[in-house]
Amino acid sequence: MNTINLFKIAFKAIAANKLRSFLTALGIIIGVASVIAMLAIGQGSKRSIRKQISEMGSNMIMIHPGADMRGGVRQDASDMQTLKIEDFEAIRDEAKFISGISPTVNSSGQFVCGNNNTPSTIYGINQDYLDIRQLQIEDGEMFTDQDIKSAAKVCILGKTVVDNLFPDGSDPIGKVVRFNSIPFRVIGVLKSKGYNSMGMDQDDLALAPYTTIMKRILAVTYLQGINCSAITEDATDKAIEDITGILRRNHKLKEASETTEADEDDFTIRSQEEMASMMNSTMNLLTILLGSVAGISLVVGGIGIMNIMYVSVTERTKEIGLRMSVGARGTDILSQFLIEAALLSVAGGVIGIGAGIGAAFLIKTLAAMPIYIQPWSIIMSFGVCTFIGIFFGWYPAKKAASMDPIEAIRYE
Amino acid sequence: MQETNKRKVVIELQDVKRNFIVGDETVHALRGVSFKIYEGEFVTIMGTSGSGKSTLLNQLGCLDTPTSGEYILDGTPVRAMRRRQRAVLRNRKIGFVFQNYNLLAKTTAVENVELPLMYNASVSAKERRERAIAALEMVGLGNRLYHKSNQMSGGQMQRVAIARALVNNPAVILADEATGNLDTRTSFEILVLFQKLHAEGRTIIFVTHNPEIAQYSSRNIVLRDGQIKEDKINTNILSAAEALAQIPVPQDD
Repeated sequence: MNTINLFKIAFKAIAANKLRSFLTALGIIIGVASVIAMLAIGQGSKRSIRKQISEMGSNMIMIHPGADMRGGVRQDASDMQTLKIEDFEAIRDEAKFISGISPTVNSSGQFVCGNNNTPSTIYGINQDYLDIRQLQIEDGEMFTDQDIKSAAKVCILGKTVVDNLFPDGSDPIGKVVRFNSIPFRVIGVLKSKGYNSMGMDQDDLALAPYTTIMKRILAVTYLQGINCSAITEDATDKAIEDITGILRRNHKLKEASETTEADEDDFTIRSQEEMASMMNSTMNLLTILLGSVAGISLVVGGIGIMNIMYVSVTERTKEIGLRMSVGARGTDILSQFLIEAALLSVAGGVIGIGAGIGAAFLIKTLAAMPIYIQPWSIIMSFGVCTFIGIFFGWYPAKKAASMDPIEAIRYE
Repeated sequence: MQETNKRKVVIELQDVKRNFIVGDETVHALRGVSFKIYEGEFVTIMGTSGSGKSTLLNQLGCLDTPTSGEYILDGTPVRAMRRRQRAVLRNRKIGFVFQNYNLLAKTTAVENVELPLMYNASVSAKERRERAIAALEMVGLGNRLYHKSNQMSGGQMQRVAIARALVNNPAVILADEATGNLDTRTSFEILVLFQKLHAEGRTIIFVTHNPEIAQYSSRNIVLRDGQIKEDKINTNILSAAEALAQIPVPQDD
């Protein structure tokens, strides 16, 4: 029997029991739809987090004082005093592969202006920080080198701070706000970046010269960190290597010799790429988890097909006997039932893909979750459905093919 | 017998035995059956239940193979054949007619008749349809081609089944109680059809337990306990058409 005839027979058998065929395929429909929808959610979150990390800055490298571990005790990086202004200057002057560098210190506290107040964080930085963090001044201007030198009490406010301190919408430029009772003159307002996908407000901050924060607020001589930008994404690793060398030399850390081990780094360098890959692996785990839960329902759908094919084979014993007595070979019967199972499964898959895409968009609209439908997930669903149809159809089809025509034709 | 010897042998059974093992016992369903059936014969095979009738039919239909002995169908020895080869042989050489018609449900007459040709790759879709229509016309259902099996009477369904048995132009038509489910009048109509096919030179084997049917065939073989009890040429073949004419037409028809 040729293939076209086999497909005709399978179509007929499916069409003859429309409701049952639909219910059988429903398992696959739900399975495929959930795989597509879950992968869409997983991929969507992954993409939005990746976007958020790239929004954090351009090829950013973050240097923090302190090794991950010291004397068996993990310490808070902000308490470590190993990172100095000299380190910042050395890196700025010597390191290749970096396009911008800024020291960072920060302090959390209460901003007060007239009757209004708001908690926020003030970051002590230099002008390069804007490029590193991809921030822009919307109104007013950035502070100058002179402001840094003189530790001027000037600040640039984020949108959220502005909204909280000036609820009447008046222009904050030139006004004086107090941070922990120290007056700062507002010289600029940052352009809003909105919330990131983790729900953090990226506008809830203020910027000031690092010297001002170090001397006037924290009264320290060390830095909490140094942020810099690699010239390109590919140069990140080289830049890190460079910086490591400079800092080890400055901190007089011993290299490994014949008798002694090398001293551990007393600083930690993290890159944006590293954070991205860390996030990626978390999100991949989530995607795999969602995907496998959905995959299980696909397997359950497959078992549904197997079950119905079994019933179908038993129910059609007489038909099988007849086909055999008029000359159907075992392989003809086997292919007939396999094609029927595969058709059911693939038809379910096609409907499921549609339903899955629909569900993903519904989730996007109702739950405001980011989604991304990957083309390969659709192609894969097709493949998996065909496989499931053939895999779960095999045993019932084999049973049909190995029937004894004598008994089958007399089966009541 | 002298006359028949000149004709072509379609079926030859040589001391065919068939044993079944049921538990510890061996059941001898056929205990050495030998006969030849020539082209153009209309043979009834009779016997009570347990006589080995069904086992013999399965042998003749290549659905089963002998435990010993040999069965030659149209020149082909069957005993050593594999399952797959016998399926092809059934497809080309045998036309089955069953007691309960065995038509595919929700399927038109033409598609039912096409079925055996579906399993013959050398027949094109066009030729298949033409041959199916020709076979249906031969059994008098030229006007019922696209009726589905559930829209037809028992007699019509059996005619479709006979057309299906004819469509592959088989060496032998094997009918298994083909009138068993039909009322008297319809039974005779089917018998008329078989006699017509016989007159056209087809070889027919009709397995039945109804002794009446033997009168309308050209030869009668009686089985008992797995052996041939009687094998007689019928010299006085009755006409089923005449018998049919004497049956009153039911009023409600």
